[in-house]
Amino acid sequence: MTRRLSGIPASFRRSFNGGFTRGFHRAAAAGLLAAVLAVPGTAALVAAPAMAQETPVRGGVLNSIVQPEPPTLMLGLNQQGPTQTVAGKIYQGLLTYDQKLNPMPSLAESWTVSPDGLTYTFKLFQNVKWHDGKPFTAKDVVFSTSKFLMEVHPRARAVFSRCESITAVDDYTVEFKLKEAFPAFIQAFEVSSAPMVPAHLYEGTEFRANPANATPIGTGPFKLKEWVKGSYIQLVRNEDYYKKDLPYLDGITFRVIPDAASRSLALESGQVQQTQYSDLEPFEVPRMKALPNLTMTTAGYEFVAPLSWLEINHRVKPLDDKRFRKAIAYAIDRKFIRDKIWFGLGRVPTGPVNSVVKFYDPKVTTYEPDLAKAKALLDEMGLKPDGKGVRATVKIMPMPYGETWTRLGEYLKQSLSKVGIAVVLESTDAAGWNQRVANWDYEITTNFVYQYGDPALGVARTYISSNIRKGVMFSNTMGYSNPKVDELFAKASQENDPAKRQEQYSEVQRILADELPVVWLLEMEFPTFLDKRVKNANKTAIGVNETYEDVWLAK
Amino acid sequence: MLGFAQIFASRLVKAAVILIAIVVMNFFLVHAAPGDPAMVMAGEAGAADEKFVAQLREQFGLDRPILEQLGTYVGKVVQGDLGFSYRQQRPVWDILAERLPATLVLTLTAFLLALALGVALGTLAAVTVGTWADSAITVVALLAYATPIYWIGLMLSLLFSIQLGWLPAFGYETVGAGYTGLAHVADVGKHLILPVITLALFYMASYARLTRASMLEVRGLDFIKTAKAKGLSQGRIVTRHVLRNAILPVITVAGIQAGQLVGGSILIETVFAWPGIGRLAFEAVLQRDYQVLLGIFLVTSIMVILFNILTDILYGLVDPRIQVSQ
Repeated sequence: MTRRLSGIPASFRRSFNGGFTRGFHRAAAAGLLAAVLAVPGTAALVAAPAMAQETPVRGGVLNSIVQPEPPTLMLGLNQQGPTQTVAGKIYQGLLTYDQKLNPMPSLAESWTVSPDGLTYTFKLFQNVKWHDGKPFTAKDVVFSTSKFLMEVHPRARAVFSRCESITAVDDYTVEFKLKEAFPAFIQAFEVSSAPMVPAHLYEGTEFRANPANATPIGTGPFKLKEWVKGSYIQLVRNEDYYKKDLPYLDGITFRVIPDAASRSLALESGQVQQTQYSDLEPFEVPRMKALPNLTMTTAGYEFVAPLSWLEINHRVKPLDDKRFRKAIAYAIDRKFIRDKIWFGLGRVPTGPVNSVVKFYDPKVTTYEPDLAKAKALLDEMGLKPDGKGVRATVKIMPMPYGETWTRLGEYLKQSLSKVGIAVVLESTDAAGWNQRVANWDYEITTNFVYQYGDPALGVARTYISSNIRKGVMFSNTMGYSNPKVDELFAKASQENDPAKRQEQYSEVQRILADELPVVWLLEMEFPTFLDKRVKNANKTAIGVNETYEDVWLAK
Repeated sequence: MLGFAQIFASRLVKAAVILIAIVVMNFFLVHAAPGDPAMVMAGEAGAADEKFVAQLREQFGLDRPILEQLGTYVGKVVQGDLGFSYRQQRPVWDILAERLPATLVLTLTAFLLALALGVALGTLAAVTVGTWADSAITVVALLAYATPIYWIGLMLSLLFSIQLGWLPAFGYETVGAGYTGLAHVADVGKHLILPVITLALFYMASYARLTRASMLEVRGLDFIKTAKAKGLSQGRIVTRHVLRNAILPVITVAGIQAGQLVGGSILIETVFAWPGIGRLAFEAVLQRDYQVLLGIFLVTSIMVILFNILTDILYGLVDPRIQVSQ
């Protein structure tokens, strides 16, 4: 979650996301039982022997990029994308997720969910220590989720405020009791969503002003050694990591390289062995892919599952008319956007749910490029072309997050002019953009939002009317409102039966695809480049934000 | 020389008044930009709610009336305290002090190199005017002046780092090498070569062109004919008569540029990932880190004012006919 700001010639970076759910719901859901029994886990992170023929070797330093430089590495206080990538090695959550978004153990060894979906019980690993040597226990979990994150972390606040109680049953067992069923709860324990922070350092202090923020103390396989601001962040092996003989790497160094072209050079020349998110501009990707010493993958972003769209302010005429929004959808060619602007990165979306997220349903109205249909819709609205062929004029403010978004803006201007919609492009910087979008001071903008593995966590928030809140980013800034949609999202968020939940989410996807509150443009994919000597990286849904406990470097 | 100290003192008093005006103007200027640091951080987090933004605004003091914020800030600045960075949660002085060495070693080296080379090449071109040497220098200077410096930077790093592998492509020092003493100096020096050359090329071009034009002008004046008539050697005429009279415009331009040295160079620092103040300023603008930005503005303003005073004094030394006056 983060938007990375950028730099000059063509830089900018990483994404951000969005997340959170806001208080929707209510609406009595027939409380069906349906127990979600979670699998006690051992599997996972420890290298799958079937795949890895080679034996891991210990040692070596992995070099990567951190861009833009985060303000702090205290992950509980800051969940910017680059912070997650670095701090994901220092801090840990109770769970992580495989690339199908199923929960896997991290600090929790196993967990169970009661049949009514109201009680979640986690068993913790017993020999875990904080980097300062103090033991990690249930007390830390209770403090993190009920006090620390509730105070400072908006996404966690939205989730843990659903808890009736959070208690330490014994030193290594934690029990969360929910007020109402919320099956997406199990998706909320990833390291950036709910990082565990040490109670002994933060309890009773002012969290944001705590001097310990400068020297992050986590439980992860790597510790912060040195952070030279503006230059690099150096992590070193945690010798007391609770998994014996891990991690393999001696350390990981993240370099701050503000210029996009210089980042490509760094990867090309082998000075870094890994890049992620928007470190490279999409137009560099085909060239880098061809280099023999690198592999490229777009896996490892399933948890964030970004979906980009044309965000449309429904308070402005004629944008409030769904025929106008449909005309826009018919006037643009989303395959072209994917192939020519994003250089093949991404998938053409069908609706509000990213196809890698649970409860995605492709059976909805879709919009193939069709200028005649677009014109017919505009005619039907009574928008006739004037002497210059212009039917309507709209202002588009492309996101100020790099070259690619600017190009997209230019493409939109060109394609909409073909159906008689004149576009005025507005420019702004990140601060101005956030300010204007949050305060509804725009007509059309481009945006992308993270989905966090479940529609209740990352999708509902931008469409439900209870989340129309001025001054708040990643809320329903369009001002879209449909009581049926509100009701379906609320019901589905509390529905324990997966089949029923699917029905409700399918219906809401059909309604949204027809009403088109926004015009979905692209299920974004980020390229992760790895030097071929880097083994075992990128195996979970959080890819580069993973702990890297079992990543190793071939000689 | 009695008046000199007096004049100097009165210039300093004026400078202090100007500085206060600059601080107040800058304060309103940075606050006039849309958005604030809390909004930026909410956007970066990809998640926000009313409480998150309100907490940050309160913590940063942004919930206070703007005039009260100005009062607090000016009050601190007068006591030599540049405030506290909202984002980094550290005193602005510490942040600046951390970036200053890298900035100065880059800009000062480039500045001195550019000045020495520029004046030398400009002199050479003027002396050999109309020959191939003059044409070559003029063409090189024109190219260096007209080419965008970030492009030159990228091309140099492509050639010397990627193709030839002689020099590091970016950074200030080798990470984790733990060099000390001379080894450290050599390490930083190696990283310094490409950015310094890139930055120096641009300034060198302007000094060379300025020196050449100014020398050609002076060379035609009557007192040079007199000097020739007296039978002085060519070398003595060039250095003592022509150059000394032609150097004033170079001093003027160099004085202005010297004042900006602490400001660093945003483009060069970005291309070479050099941890200097230019980048810090640029990022502070994007992040609306008001206190850091104001701190950088203040320090650069002080340097510009100081170098203006120094330049005026230098004029008098080079050309005693010029009197520093009220």
